Amino acid sequence: MEIKKIATREAYGSALQEFGSNPNIVVLDADLSKSTKTDLFKNKYPERFINMGIAEGNMMATAAGIATCNKTVFASTFAMFASGRAFEQVRNSICYPALNVKIGATHAGLTVGEDGASHQTIEDIALMRALPNMTVISPADAVETRAAVKAAIETKGPFYLRLGRLACPVIFDENNYKFELGKGIEIASGNDVTIISTGYMVHLSLEASKLLESEGIKARVINIHTIKPIDRDIIIKAAKETGAILTVEEHSIIGGLGSAVAEVVVENCPVAMKRIGVNDKFGKSGKPDALLEMYGLTKEAIVAGAKELLGFKKEVMVLK
Amino acid sequence: MDRQKIKELKRNAAIIRKDIIEQVYSASSGHPGGSMSCADILSVLYFNEMRVEPKNPQWEDRDRFVLSKGHCSPALYGALAQKGFFPREDLHTFRKVDSYLEGHPSMKSVPGVDMSTGSLGQGISAAVGMALAGKLDKKDYRVYSILGDGEIQEGQVWEALMCAAHYKLDNLTVFLDHNGLQIDGKITEVLSPEPVKDKFEAFGFKVIAIDGHDYEQIIQAIDEAKKTKGQPVMIIAETVKGKGVSFMENKAGWHGTAPNKEQRDAAIAELDEFLAKLEVE
Repeated sequence: MEIKKIATREAYGSALQEFGSNPNIVVLDADLSKSTKTDLFKNKYPERFINMGIAEGNMMATAAGIATCNKTVFASTFAMFASGRAFEQVRNSICYPALNVKIGATHAGLTVGEDGASHQTIEDIALMRALPNMTVISPADAVETRAAVKAAIETKGPFYLRLGRLACPVIFDENNYKFELGKGIEIASGNDVTIISTGYMVHLSLEASKLLESEGIKARVINIHTIKPIDRDIIIKAAKETGAILTVEEHSIIGGLGSAVAEVVVENCPVAMKRIGVNDKFGKSGKPDALLEMYGLTKEAIVAGAKELLGFKKEVMVLK
Repeated sequence: MDRQKIKELKRNAAIIRKDIIEQVYSASSGHPGGSMSCADILSVLYFNEMRVEPKNPQWEDRDRFVLSKGHCSPALYGALAQKGFFPREDLHTFRKVDSYLEGHPSMKSVPGVDMSTGSLGQGISAAVGMALAGKLDKKDYRVYSILGDGEIQEGQVWEALMCAAHYKLDNLTVFLDHNGLQIDGKITEVLSPEPVKDKFEAFGFKVIAIDGHDYEQIIQAIDEAKKTKGQPVMIIAETVKGKGVSFMENKAGWHGTAPNKEQRDAAIAELDEFLAKLEVE
């Protein structure tokens, strides 16, 4: 059976179009609507789409101003500019007054590909999750993205939706997928080791768990779509039951999912841990898959990381 | 023009100025200079112009005001308290840890504050957003904002102005509090934004230049702005930093310095004297 592939940015645009009939929804973009896919909304509801030009700082604070007038505002641009260039507007004009602005940040991570380091944000999760009042969501596929957009519309307050450029396998079944804000999802069971993953790396983590299983290692795989507020319960349970946690993300190992998980683990149930992500380096130009290979973000690297972690786990057990 | 009304507005402004001095004095910190320079504009906006309901600060059809130069919160708080949004005696809690009167305006805690500001250059964008929302909803409310003349060194201001003109936001009226001074000295010496009139016009605004302490001129400029169709209006208000207290006037040093007891007493005495003279005018 052929696996369907849809980029999460594509699912984002489709969801805006699908849920856009609500007259209180306004969508802003910074001259990237064809790439962020907000053009799907623009084509259907042109009167509620506003092009803000290449001026992301102004876009974020303008979105805040519109939101003060009881509207739900989606503001889209590349994740690099949404979280980086406009960081302080997001902080002071959106998060401080807790306004109803949903940041649709596309082209996150290395899989931007050929555009290279200047456009590959690998620090946006770290920046956005540090902000009070902000909810940070990093969906794993198109089905989860649609649900995340719906949740963002139904929940008051600032949201950061981390979306990808690259077409990504659809791993969830839209007929029985259930999205609960702030709740992780166990997508493979096992008690030898836990792989906690987010975004584009989730399907690779699933594949890695199958490779591990063929070698007799049962890995639990947890998909964390809501990075903030993070699901403490599912992490603590995994730490207690498997004694080893491997985090996997298309983001710097500093401040992202790995850090968020480590904060919970260290304070509640310290166990052997390892983080897979971009190792304090900038990205570069190249085909997305070649970049993932170069930066060690492959299913093979996850398998190797899991095995290394099992070694740590034994050492920790011996020490205990 | 109604002389009695102008006298009232002058009285309102003098009370705002007294409240600025009292707030900054009681907090031992804050920004008196730029607060004093925009007090007359705020007096006209809140006591002659804006459609607001102090008992219903979130009223959807109200006119909006964004103090983009958010550090001049003592002036805004003074106007809001006098208008009845919250008790005037609370002004003494300004900047204190158990107060809702934050150093820079917070819309979450202060009734009547339409946007949280303080980081320069962002408030004007929010005002643009409110004006865009008014157009989307076909509402007739108007949006007012005050920019500092040092503040316009922030690039974001020009992004916001470009956007306001592009979308023909004739429901937006912006004041430039052109007092000529910023923390480090004269704006023309620190980093000149001049010629401001030409720049605002080039960015698509209708520009009206006035004396920002002359009530007839402020009122007329607002009337003209309301009649302007198809473009936003910038009112360049020539003002005096520290206006109303002689030893504070035109001194950059009073940008962010609190008066001591002696200075506070002298300032209040001078403003009381102004009020007494106004009554017998």
